[in-house]
Amino acid sequence: MKFSEQWLREWVNPEISSQELMDQITMAGLEVDGFEPVAGRFQGVVVGEVVSVEPHPDADKLRVCQVNDGSQTLQVVCGAPNVRQGLKVPFAVVGAVLPGDFKIRKAKLRGQASEGMLCSEAELGLSENHDGLMELPADAPVGAEVSDYLRLNDVAIDVDLTPNRSDCLSVKGIAREVGVLNSLVAQAPEIDPVEAVHSEVPDIRVDAPEACPRYLGRILRNVNLQAKTPLWMQEKLRRSGLRSIDPAVDVTNYVMLELGQPMHAFDRDEISKGIVVRMAKPAEKLVLLDGQEVELTSETLVIADHEKPIAIAGIMGGEHSGVSQKARDLVLESAYFEPIALAGKARHYGLHTDASHRFERGVDYELARDAMERATRLLMDIVGGEPGEIVEVTSHEHLPEKRTIDLRSKRLADVLGLDIDRTTVEEILIRLGLQIDKLLKDGWRIVVPSFRPDITIEEDLIEEVGRIYGYNNLPVTEPTGSLGLRENAEATRPISALKNYFVSHGYQEAITYSFVDPRVQAQIDPEREGIVLANPISADLSVMRTSLWSGLLKTVAYNQNRQQPRIRLFETGLRFLQDDQRIDQKPMLAGVVVGTQYPENWANGRRNADFFDVKGELEGLFSLLGVQIDFVGSWHPALHPGQTAELLRDGEHVGWLGTLHPQIQKNLELNGTILMFELSLNSIVTGYVPNFKEISKFPEVRRDLAIIVGNDVAFTEVERVARKHAGERLTALRAFDVYEGESLGEGNRSLALSLFWQHPERTLNEDEVHSLFNSVIDALKEELGATLRS
Amino acid sequence: MENLEQLVQDGLAAAEKADSLQALDQIRVEYLGKKGVITQQAKTLGKLSAEERPAAGQKINEAKGQVEQAINARRADLERVAIEQKLASESIDVTLPGRGQNLGGLHPVTRTLQRIEEFFSRAGYTVEQGPEIEDDYHNFEALNIPGHHPARAMHDTFYFNPGTLLRTHTSPVQIRTMEAGKPPFRMICPGRVYRCDSDMTHTPMFHQVEGLLVDKNVSFADLKSTVEEFLRVFFERDLQVRFRPSYFPFTEPSAEVDIEWGREADGSIKWLEIMGCGMVHPKVFEHCGIDAEEYRGFAFGLGVERMAMLRYGVNDLRMFFENDLRFLRQFR
Repeated sequence: MKFSEQWLREWVNPEISSQELMDQITMAGLEVDGFEPVAGRFQGVVVGEVVSVEPHPDADKLRVCQVNDGSQTLQVVCGAPNVRQGLKVPFAVVGAVLPGDFKIRKAKLRGQASEGMLCSEAELGLSENHDGLMELPADAPVGAEVSDYLRLNDVAIDVDLTPNRSDCLSVKGIAREVGVLNSLVAQAPEIDPVEAVHSEVPDIRVDAPEACPRYLGRILRNVNLQAKTPLWMQEKLRRSGLRSIDPAVDVTNYVMLELGQPMHAFDRDEISKGIVVRMAKPAEKLVLLDGQEVELTSETLVIADHEKPIAIAGIMGGEHSGVSQKARDLVLESAYFEPIALAGKARHYGLHTDASHRFERGVDYELARDAMERATRLLMDIVGGEPGEIVEVTSHEHLPEKRTIDLRSKRLADVLGLDIDRTTVEEILIRLGLQIDKLLKDGWRIVVPSFRPDITIEEDLIEEVGRIYGYNNLPVTEPTGSLGLRENAEATRPISALKNYFVSHGYQEAITYSFVDPRVQAQIDPEREGIVLANPISADLSVMRTSLWSGLLKTVAYNQNRQQPRIRLFETGLRFLQDDQRIDQKPMLAGVVVGTQYPENWANGRRNADFFDVKGELEGLFSLLGVQIDFVGSWHPALHPGQTAELLRDGEHVGWLGTLHPQIQKNLELNGTILMFELSLNSIVTGYVPNFKEISKFPEVRRDLAIIVGNDVAFTEVERVARKHAGERLTALRAFDVYEGESLGEGNRSLALSLFWQHPERTLNEDEVHSLFNSVIDALKEELGATLRS
Repeated sequence: MENLEQLVQDGLAAAEKADSLQALDQIRVEYLGKKGVITQQAKTLGKLSAEERPAAGQKINEAKGQVEQAINARRADLERVAIEQKLASESIDVTLPGRGQNLGGLHPVTRTLQRIEEFFSRAGYTVEQGPEIEDDYHNFEALNIPGHHPARAMHDTFYFNPGTLLRTHTSPVQIRTMEAGKPPFRMICPGRVYRCDSDMTHTPMFHQVEGLLVDKNVSFADLKSTVEEFLRVFFERDLQVRFRPSYFPFTEPSAEVDIEWGREADGSIKWLEIMGCGMVHPKVFEHCGIDAEEYRGFAFGLGVERMAMLRYGVNDLRMFFENDLRFLRQFR
């Protein structure tokens, strides 16, 4: 809502500066979004009268004019098409300064002296209009300063209203607020009924009273739409951001800005028989005032005649029935449309109009008649005409009910944290236009006025009192509450512990969008369908991620393109799967690693991170969390088929670790060997609470062996067999060397193992260790075809 | 026994001259060993009378002691020199960088969130999570934003189908937590939220933290202190805070919070809008099965990226999701 400060001050004029006024409005909850002077800065511009106009002897498009500045007549060369004898215009005399620090000097234009300049609106910073000279009314006093004459010492204030405050979508509403804040009464213009001079009335039928509980129409005959909107009205409209069109449009806009009632004027000759307010018929078409043809849906309320729709109710009129200069008789409309019936309708047609904005938020349902009288009077002052009676069709059962709400003083004090004295509360309520219907023992029974559809419950009244009293005048107290303790499972680690683990291992945390490029996701996770957004921001952010890898790989590309060869990233967040009818949203932890394992320096060398670096980091994490995870050779569409591990906990899948498939790496234009992992967070965050075991006082025995086995025998298989035969006193088994070489024969490798035994209650003797060791060797030979390496 | 005197002198001189631990050990053997020349002197004792023997024995012992002392002193010297030489040979350039891993870092949004979570968990608030793909009911209806509500237009919602959407705020987590539990509640809900908007100052995904306190005797004054204290501890300075009436469908009364952020040209305070808050709307309680006559509550919400930008001086919102390592590394 944009309005002129001067206009507001015509209603209510507190003795405060513009800045104070704006601060006050903002702090009352009507946030001032901005303000600007209503004209550029200029001086030395007076009302001039064009005394005569002669052609320029040497230029076709220029004229030589004699202009009276109030004290003398000066010669001015002018190129504007609308310059003519008798015209009153803004005249920048020699010495004047126009916006942009443009100084007016004596000049010669094609040999003709010119002492000053006749100005367009644009040249004075009033509007963008530079089509011709700004035409001042014939009664403008010659010689008067234009800035005084137009009262340009004014600012246009733009208030960003919250959707509940439809009552402030008018100067009247803002004035009411300013009045409350300054304990002043806002002065409304007198609105008297206009007496009918003929008996012609529009034929109005409302078929959809639930959507249009009130509709008023009136015929204004024999108007002269050639007449010009008076300058004062044009200026107020302009300062509120509206362009002057013609008197009919200007007056309806003016009344909307002044009182808050959107109105419409139809050309009576274009209405076939009568007006019908009804829902549109399917596939009905209407060409709107802005020239676009829309196909109406049956949920749309229209104003129709007996043949066709002529307007979308409360949103925009039709072109056909719009008022042109030729129009002789007008039908004026002033109605109350139900907000819910209009909600979202304008948007459906790609429209947002001043009318729809107001009706969707709720117009005062008792305002239509006043607005009609006000508009009739203003119109007649400009275009003349003969008014008829107002026809009103009201369905009282569909009008909003008059609401009464009880406000309890205890509740008021409890919610605000302050016991405000009764007189202050009552004064605030009354100034806001809330009628105190009845004093109750512990409060007030309030009647809510029709212009405040937002006030529906006691809390709304509490807010009004708090708001006007001033939030910043309310006390500040610390909340009190129970000091009870809460459970905190020791075995479950907070996510922050996991994050800190990765940070201390050189990983940077990334946060990528939850929606990803479906083409990237199709490469990473071709077997699962992502959930698709109906209205994505762009095609490459249109599908919900099924894995955190898509976003991380995109981040790798982004950084590789910026000379970052060493990248270690992790991310936590949800991944989204459609699981039959259910949507499965699970928190994941994922990482990508590419480049050297350590930052390159004299000591670290430049060894690239490999599978076992990352596996070691994950193993470290799992021991931090106290969970036992098995890495099993497996297959995943995104990963290198020979470098893929599925991670299992007690046989249940918890994640993946592997090297990005070289083909996908190429497709995504990524460099280097990229290691990736993804873990299901909920599966790994809970470990165990430590349980002490006695420490053995007896020595530990170590035996080493080296075996040669086939490449296809996994280490875990060797370990399983060895453990099975090593007896219950085995305390550890480690692989301390892995070797592949020609000497071992094709398809073989050598594994060197250490086995550790210890007994809790005695020293193990040489014989029993020897015997266990031998049975391990025999089992490896027998079960896995291993041979001892000599 | 002049011979003994001479032997001691020789022994002392030899010890003094020894230039290595091995040489010194040889000298020890030569003089003090079983067959050492001084030790051998003890054999002469047998030739002496019983009266002379103790004195002579004592002399021999003294001679041994003298030489032994000299040898020990020399050994200490030699050992010290040896250690010094070893240390000298082992010196390294301590200015070279260390070996191993460097540190990564948390994302600035996480860093900011963790601080906020810590402030509130210390005051007894729980940290609650919820789904990001939400239903219309929890994101809108239960928060007193019915289908026709103009506030819906302010939310620029991402939809999957008419009933399913990406949450536009973390408020549905409050609803779900209230549905599942019993008052009193003290919680914050941090997380990702989504709005269909992307330009210089909007990203289609960002983070929010919302807080909720529900108890029997909660007032707007309590809300004011909570918000003011939070802003002071977050920015670690005593900044001015003001509450401006505003509108949210789920709170009534509602306020927008501005903080002092520099000065205007005329010296007046430059206010910066930083968060929204209010008293929980009775409709919201009703949807969660809580008696609004018995319980009251306050709620507040803020954008995490905005807080991080102000705190760390980041000037472009979009950098948070580009994940440029040169950006991320600035937040250890």
